[in-house]
Amino acid sequence: MKKNTYTGLYIVIAILVVLPFVLPNGFYMDLAIRMAINAVIALGLNLLIGFAGQISMGHAGFLGIGAYASAVLPTHFGWHPLLAMGAGALVTGLLAAVLARPIFKLKGHYLAMATLGLGIIINIVLRTEGALTGGPDGMPVPALGLMGFELSSDKHWYWVVALLLSVSVWASLNLIDSPFGRALRALHGSEVASQVAGVDVVRYKVSIFVISAVFASLMGSVTAHYVGFVTPNFADFFHSIELVTMVVIGGMASVFGSLVGAVLLTALPQALATFEGWETVAFGTILMICMIFMPRGLVPTLAAKFGKGA
Amino acid sequence: MALLEVKQLSIQFEGVKAVQNVSFSIEAGIVYAVIGPNGAGKTTLFNLITGVYTPTSGEIKLDGESIQGKAPNELARRGVARTFQNLQICMNMSALENVMVGAHLRLDRNPFKAALRLPSITRRDAELRTESAELMRFVGLEAYIDARADSMPYGALKRLEIARALALKPRIIFLDEPAAGLNPKETIEVDALVRKVADSGVTVVLVEHDMKMVMNLSDRILVLDYGRKLAEGTGEEVRRNPDVIAAYLGTHA
Repeated sequence: MKKNTYTGLYIVIAILVVLPFVLPNGFYMDLAIRMAINAVIALGLNLLIGFAGQISMGHAGFLGIGAYASAVLPTHFGWHPLLAMGAGALVTGLLAAVLARPIFKLKGHYLAMATLGLGIIINIVLRTEGALTGGPDGMPVPALGLMGFELSSDKHWYWVVALLLSVSVWASLNLIDSPFGRALRALHGSEVASQVAGVDVVRYKVSIFVISAVFASLMGSVTAHYVGFVTPNFADFFHSIELVTMVVIGGMASVFGSLVGAVLLTALPQALATFEGWETVAFGTILMICMIFMPRGLVPTLAAKFGKGA
Repeated sequence: MALLEVKQLSIQFEGVKAVQNVSFSIEAGIVYAVIGPNGAGKTTLFNLITGVYTPTSGEIKLDGESIQGKAPNELARRGVARTFQNLQICMNMSALENVMVGAHLRLDRNPFKAALRLPSITRRDAELRTESAELMRFVGLEAYIDARADSMPYGALKRLEIARALALKPRIIFLDEPAAGLNPKETIEVDALVRKVADSGVTVVLVEHDMKMVMNLSDRILVLDYGRKLAEGTGEEVRRNPDVIAAYLGTHA
């Protein structure tokens, strides 16, 4: 691509480094951490939706598997949290790989329905397996520690999450501009052309689905440890929609769009809290206006306006 | 032995026999044209040979190996490339990247190495950029090397498809109406380009309506009508064939 591929990454890192020193209090620190976590999830989802052109309406389900692996395995079976996190990611990856084969025979609306169903099933399992998961009430998650050091203060969490975000942005930029990433974008652009060029389209769809599901599972674990409590709402349909909205509002097939989308959708409910009871209406209105005037998403639209590539 | 051998090939779409018992063979290194009136089954024949459709019956052999029913990506592995009548360009990518996709099978496609930007990947990608730019020059697109695909005119996109197909390093290339929609000047240029491709050692199979171009380029011609083989032979043989004349000009001609 261009030589300045990493410019955006440097800006993100600069913001992440400066941010904790300008945030006035713990409330904003907490908000920043949640923004960064959502940004990583949105980034993984954008690889699937924006770059490969395949929808997933059930991604919160994968988030849920990761979160509950981090809650259930250490609590009930005494596993080390990092091992639990890895196990959650592994299970998510296997589940996604096994299910993706039949699911990706479908396209468009049918694919949306299948992934939607998958997310709902995961949510139902978490809700009904009360003996392990605490049912609809959820359950507490033990703290994440490594070699005697326990991650507890927001400051520590912030740096961990900032590092995760920076690495994810770097890796995503690299992936997109590689033979693998070009194959993904090509099957989005023209499935038959990519196939004739030698791309095994089903295999690529499955791979990116698994990668983005594992991204979600790992970040589900991180969120669970950070919040200290998980409930099935974490894995529900509305959360899936929220994640897709981050990708779409920020800009499909735009790495930095995912970040902007995640920041916006995490911040908006807070900013609109003053509307008391009307915040959902205000929220929906803003999203509608964005989509009407910037259907390609914030970052690609603005980038085109100011004459730069997204 | 012929490079491509097609025997009794047929496909049926819910009662419509789009291609019926068509047999022919193509020697390596020649330019082979498939002609026929609209709806004769030319593109369907291409779709069958390149794996986009699965034949109802019949056999297709590439270099002696049966390939009918294999997916397009498996055929790509065996050196079969094609272009499309209705353009299939990835508009979400740059022109150069479209060509680079053509080289997909010659690259290390491991996503983890890519995410870590290992030097082996970036080095190969840099080489490929040079190579793809070279291919764009070969097809006459030197003005569009830095262009976005969605900013290119129709005639240029037709050539971009040829460049992408060549990036595969094919043994045989199927060109589905490379001159369709082009003005006379562009048609002459594509004519020269097809000649250049054939001279580079790639076997060319061509569907084309421009008869001047077909007669000019082709070593052998297959004529289809209503999904059946009407005639096959050199340009001169085909031109004199009474069935061909009837199909093109009407029975009372």
